[in-house]
Amino acid sequence: MRTILGERLKQGTATIAYPGQLPMLPPRLRGLPEITPSKCTQGCRACIDACPTQAFIGEGATLGIDLGRCLFCTDCMEACPTGVVRFTQDIALATRGRADLLLHADQTHKRAAALEEHTRRLFGRSLHLRQVSAGGCNGCETDVNVLSTIVFDLSRFGIKFVASPRHADGLLITGPVTRNMELALRKTYEAVPDPKVVIAVGACAISGGPFIDLPQVRNGADSVVPVDLYIPGCPPHPLTILDGLLRLLGRLPDAVVDDGKGL
Amino acid sequence: MESTNLTKLHYGQRYSVDSIPPLDSVTLLHELESTVNGSGAIAALSGAQAYSMIDTWGVVHFPGMQSLLLCHGTLPMEYPALTPRVPQMHLFEREFAEELGARPLGHPWLTPVRTLPGSGADDGQGWRWGRIEGPAVHEVSVGPVHAGVIEPGHFRFQCSGERVLHLEVALGYQHRGIAQALLGGPTVRTPHLIETAAGDTSVGHMVAYCQLLEALGGCEVPPRAEQLRAIALELERLANHIGDLGTLSGDVAFQPTAAMCGRLRGDALNMTARLCGNRFGRALVIPGGVRFDVSPEDVDWLLTSVERLEREALAAAGLLLDHAVARSRFEQTGTLDATACTQLGIVGPPARAAGVPQDVRHDLPDGPYAAVRPALVTQQQGDVLARVLQRVDEVRASIDFIQQVLPRLPRGRHATDCDPPAAHSVSATAVEGWRGRICHLAITGDNGRFSRYKIVDPSVFNWAGLAVAMRGQEISDFPVCNKSFNLSYCGHDL
Repeated sequence: MRTILGERLKQGTATIAYPGQLPMLPPRLRGLPEITPSKCTQGCRACIDACPTQAFIGEGATLGIDLGRCLFCTDCMEACPTGVVRFTQDIALATRGRADLLLHADQTHKRAAALEEHTRRLFGRSLHLRQVSAGGCNGCETDVNVLSTIVFDLSRFGIKFVASPRHADGLLITGPVTRNMELALRKTYEAVPDPKVVIAVGACAISGGPFIDLPQVRNGADSVVPVDLYIPGCPPHPLTILDGLLRLLGRLPDAVVDDGKGL
Repeated sequence: MESTNLTKLHYGQRYSVDSIPPLDSVTLLHELESTVNGSGAIAALSGAQAYSMIDTWGVVHFPGMQSLLLCHGTLPMEYPALTPRVPQMHLFEREFAEELGARPLGHPWLTPVRTLPGSGADDGQGWRWGRIEGPAVHEVSVGPVHAGVIEPGHFRFQCSGERVLHLEVALGYQHRGIAQALLGGPTVRTPHLIETAAGDTSVGHMVAYCQLLEALGGCEVPPRAEQLRAIALELERLANHIGDLGTLSGDVAFQPTAAMCGRLRGDALNMTARLCGNRFGRALVIPGGVRFDVSPEDVDWLLTSVERLEREALAAAGLLLDHAVARSRFEQTGTLDATACTQLGIVGPPARAAGVPQDVRHDLPDGPYAAVRPALVTQQQGDVLARVLQRVDEVRASIDFIQQVLPRLPRGRHATDCDPPAAHSVSATAVEGWRGRICHLAITGDNGRFSRYKIVDPSVFNWAGLAVAMRGQEISDFPVCNKSFNLSYCGHDL
């Protein structure tokens, strides 16, 4: 017992101060992409051709990116001769609508708004989620699991993963929804009592990700069930997932939301 | 054990497809059988239909032989199954039946590998469940949606009271069609399909893929890139092994180690993120090298972080191992002995935990492992405790390796340009991922595009090991047994 306590003291407090303060992020972290079409060479399609998921929308001056398809893989960055695409350290990526993920160069990213008053009052201080992996590669699953560690300590926000859909207020879905998981996903969705929220985590669950249009998969969770929150990434950083969940519940302090520089 | 019918394949080597003529079916079956009898293992087997025959390519791995072996042969659609004599063939022969309509006669359990009953993807024909009849026998079925945040799979236990008589593992829920999608590649999407074949082993699978592409294209990777890949592989191993120590503690309700290892796993993932910006090493490994070089500041930061990780992870593991109650849950639970491991072709930590000294980094000491390689550690008992101890020892060995290699990284480029794969060629690679041997096999057609690409994740072999380890165990010990293997569903289902 004494050894255990001693070691716990030695290792110290691990829980991050977020959302009050951002932890140190890796310098190469790939957050919200920033596109500067004014740097484009006329007729150049290098980024579009290099993209594994056809995430670019428009061309030249109207170039934009679909964050729901983007794998944040840097293939476009490597291919671009003039540095049009770069990834910022902004981890706040989640949106409420699928269309909000279409990011045009001249727009600011429309981040997720909180739930409507009624559901927010129900779930704002206690949200229990059932996770369904529907073809996920275990990347998203791993970084969802990480939220329950002492580092992120998800339960301090009243958010918890539960074992049964009947105990849940909603689903958190990862993976493109394989044909083989479609029935299980539908059944799990139906087993969650109303009202319920559905959260799609990762490029797969939003658009099919690297598996877009393969015959064995549906292109994301919203081809099977309605989705209330989209969290992009491949996989999203745990902070991106947490940020999305807290925005949905209206739990992010205004100071963090409105500093104008993202998080 | 060496046969002239098998072709030696050295690191980075490719062959013209025509230079390896097919063996007839009797010779091929004999070669595969004597491989296993001679202490070798079948690392991969891939079949494709050609003129109502099965054109079969296999990769064979002999520990200590310093090279892989390729075999090529044709089998008729109906042939005497090897599985009864060579159990590690069971899954490959089930694939032959499922994908090609082959009939391996005498195969004891020819259920589909990735097609599920009532899934909507298929009418479920061909599925049957193993069932033990008797008044005292009952069945417990679990999944595909499990209680935790994990991938989907279905387990059926035949139990007598609390005792498990038989466990059947039915997978396929994660089947995304990767194998099919790789044909005609490489394309811009190919590396991303490889990285997500098993997303917790992105580095492992990408190193195998890139080595294969480099062999097929005749590309020489700079030594600096090779070492950086080797370091990334060990970071991936550290994150997962430490995470497993935590979940194993959690399953026996020993919270201190569970809490500490949960955090430390993240620390290891963050080290990979320092290398490339992604915690799973996505886009770090590319054909020709690595996309991101390390600066002297990166090296210093990593060395400091690794040193701290070693101290804290080993201390956390020590708490678990010193706790008599936790330890007693692991001891003599879920034993898989060396004989079973060899028969089933078990790879990676579960095999080494049973005293089978098999490790690609030692068996094929090429490329990054020519000068320095992580120590080969083994246990003897083959139970859950041995698999726990194995992970602790491997954590130590990985950190030692990083500490040796990182300060002495070769200077020079971190990537080089790669020619596309040569036409009509074949090659294969093996990489020791954190779960064990990853084997990739590729064949190119006229235009240098993949006409065949076979991925064999270590889980392909090890799922059967879990099922066998559960025989005679209490059903309540399934979680610890399962976590002590921690296998990939998506790597199996592809």
